[in-house]
Amino acid sequence: MDFVFTEEQQMIAETAQGFFGENATSDRTRAAMAGDGVDRQLHRDFCEELGLGGVIVPEELGGVGLGYVEMAIVAEAAGYNVAAMPLLGINIAAAMIAAGGTDAQKSDLLPAILAGEKIAAAVGNDTVSHDGNSISGRLEFVPHGNVADVFILAHPDQVWVVHAGAPGLSIITHTTMDQTRPLATLVLDGVAGEPLADTQAAITASQPAAWITLAAEALGGAQACLDRTVRYANERVQFGRPIGSFQAYKHRLADMMIEIEQARSAVYWAACANDENSDDPQLALHAAKAFCADTFFKCAADMIQLHGGIGFTWEHDAHLFFKRARSIQTLLKDGNWHREQVAKQILGEAA
Amino acid sequence: MKLGFTPEEEEFRAEAADWLNTQMAGEFADIKGITTLTEKAERRKEWEQHLGEHGWSCIGWPKEWGGRSATLAQQVIFAEEYARAGVPGRVNHIGIELAGPTLLAFGSEEQKRRFLPGIAAGKTIFCQGYSEPNAGSDLSAVRTKARLDGGEWVVDGQKIWTSLAHISDWIFVVARSEEGSKGPKGLTFLMMEIDQPGIEIRPIKQINGDAEFNETFFDGARCPEDSLIGAVGDGWRVAMGLLSFERGVSTLGQQMAFRNELDEIIAAAKANGAAHDPLIRQRIAKAEIGLRLMRYGALRMLSTTDHSKVDGAALTYKIQWASWRRSLGELAMDVLGQAGEITDNPEYEWSVLPNLFLYSRADTIYGGTNQIQRNLIAERGLGMPREPRGDK
Repeated sequence: MDFVFTEEQQMIAETAQGFFGENATSDRTRAAMAGDGVDRQLHRDFCEELGLGGVIVPEELGGVGLGYVEMAIVAEAAGYNVAAMPLLGINIAAAMIAAGGTDAQKSDLLPAILAGEKIAAAVGNDTVSHDGNSISGRLEFVPHGNVADVFILAHPDQVWVVHAGAPGLSIITHTTMDQTRPLATLVLDGVAGEPLADTQAAITASQPAAWITLAAEALGGAQACLDRTVRYANERVQFGRPIGSFQAYKHRLADMMIEIEQARSAVYWAACANDENSDDPQLALHAAKAFCADTFFKCAADMIQLHGGIGFTWEHDAHLFFKRARSIQTLLKDGNWHREQVAKQILGEAA
Repeated sequence: MKLGFTPEEEEFRAEAADWLNTQMAGEFADIKGITTLTEKAERRKEWEQHLGEHGWSCIGWPKEWGGRSATLAQQVIFAEEYARAGVPGRVNHIGIELAGPTLLAFGSEEQKRRFLPGIAAGKTIFCQGYSEPNAGSDLSAVRTKARLDGGEWVVDGQKIWTSLAHISDWIFVVARSEEGSKGPKGLTFLMMEIDQPGIEIRPIKQINGDAEFNETFFDGARCPEDSLIGAVGDGWRVAMGLLSFERGVSTLGQQMAFRNELDEIIAAAKANGAAHDPLIRQRIAKAEIGLRLMRYGALRMLSTTDHSKVDGAALTYKIQWASWRRSLGELAMDVLGQAGEITDNPEYEWSVLPNLFLYSRADTIYGGTNQIQRNLIAERGLGMPREPRGDK
């Protein structure tokens, strides 16, 4: 039992925080929002220079070969700056291909995704129909579906790789409330998918990659909301005092911190439990996704309220966090669904 | 970062669990499962001594003072197994967790020799004399007076919310020893024997019908001149040091007791069908998640070796568990429905869950109200300016 970062983990945290702090600036994020939602320079630098694309991908497959704790550390730093890059897609797609892909898929796709040359998006759905590997149907709300070069399409029967230019695939781009992670609709009409070798392994690998990434991103975002509001509370003077000296104000900051501390425990419990395969890894995933998403939303909402009028403006960054938080709440199953999984398990009804 | 325990630690866990379960199935079966602080107090004093005789009383203390010099992990494990076995809370928890560590940190060699063996052996039961009717959250407003008279301290005044004073042997008192001093200055920390003509204990009946708190009146109460811990006028520093011992390993044991309460709610919900209600399911899930997060928060707090850093997990823990448990009490009543509102006991005694509902209203008050906790978090954790104070 030693539930704190090792020196190496602390170093990764500082590196990632430094990188996103310097590069994922408000100006660059806003430039990406005005375009297709991706800061391509950020994405390439993250993958190439920093080399942190494949944190959990084994070294022999071109990854870093570390664990979920390290993956969470990176996602937390990205979330702290609402980084406009497809980190979620990288983490899920790489985990699925590494765990369940054929040798050819591993050697063809992984290097390109981890190097930032290809943008990957992952999507799970059991509503598409398929005749062997020919897929038809509609997939909605695909994160970064508008810019992805390659899709990992998970179905209970089979997981496929689908390329963006595949005949029969059309992509409908939406204007998304959270412009830092746009959602698209895929319409498939007899699209040829390349099946992964091991469906179950890929689906199993997708869950911790997806939910820990989102939970950690939410933790980072929530912490950023608190830090920025604390700064504002010290600077802004009303009635002759910094507003942070008023109890009605400081108590709300305290409440943010109380939630964030729990969210931090949730993320690193989930990461650690999945690294060690101990302490209820599955329960930890559901707890972390549900709790951290709600924490982020609460903190982002409070950030707006506690900034007063300026917090409601487009110019201020508060809305970037607020919209990202709202999107994380529903992305990859909402809080009620995750809590229901917890309820099933502790009421002894788990399938 | 890791969660797992070593094989040696797991061996220690098995040894502790085995010993505790054996006691609860045998000689001390009659106190197993008690959740209030006051029930069967005399038997539980015998249990304190039994723990002491077998070396399980204060395992984290140094060996020379009756402990085992147990590692942090071992203390975590023991606290968990203690609660898991259904062993009732320690009637001397003030002595073990507050008085003892305070003596270890601030006491003279002579004082350590005088008190520590008795605490470790479960023979010296302590209570805490901090709060006063006008000095609750604002502890620096203490008015109880101490003056030197012929080689003895003479104490006059009143303390309140003195938990378990009626079964204790000793009380530590923060008293104003400097006439006219204000705030945290001029306070002295004294160890006093309770059984003397100058001290009167009056129980305070609580909303759950129990009486674990007391008013404690001092009218010419006396103790020898060397009964103070630290220096004359240095009581505030000692008292604040003592408060920092209040968090720590015991939180893990507390959580295991919470685990038992939540499990009882889950069992009740399954038995009466409440578990089919989607809203109840959500609340049960939230309670479960909250409980787990307390555990991992405590492990983070205990794993942090750099205590010079303001530790967010430690600062937020009190309000976190207190609010969680208050909600748990409300959930318990919603699960039980009206069945939770009646008892067959003519003495207004309640079974675990209704009692939890009533008792948990105190959790968000004692040890610093939620409001005071928020001030602490904002001021110490986030560096917000202090609230302007009126009288100092």
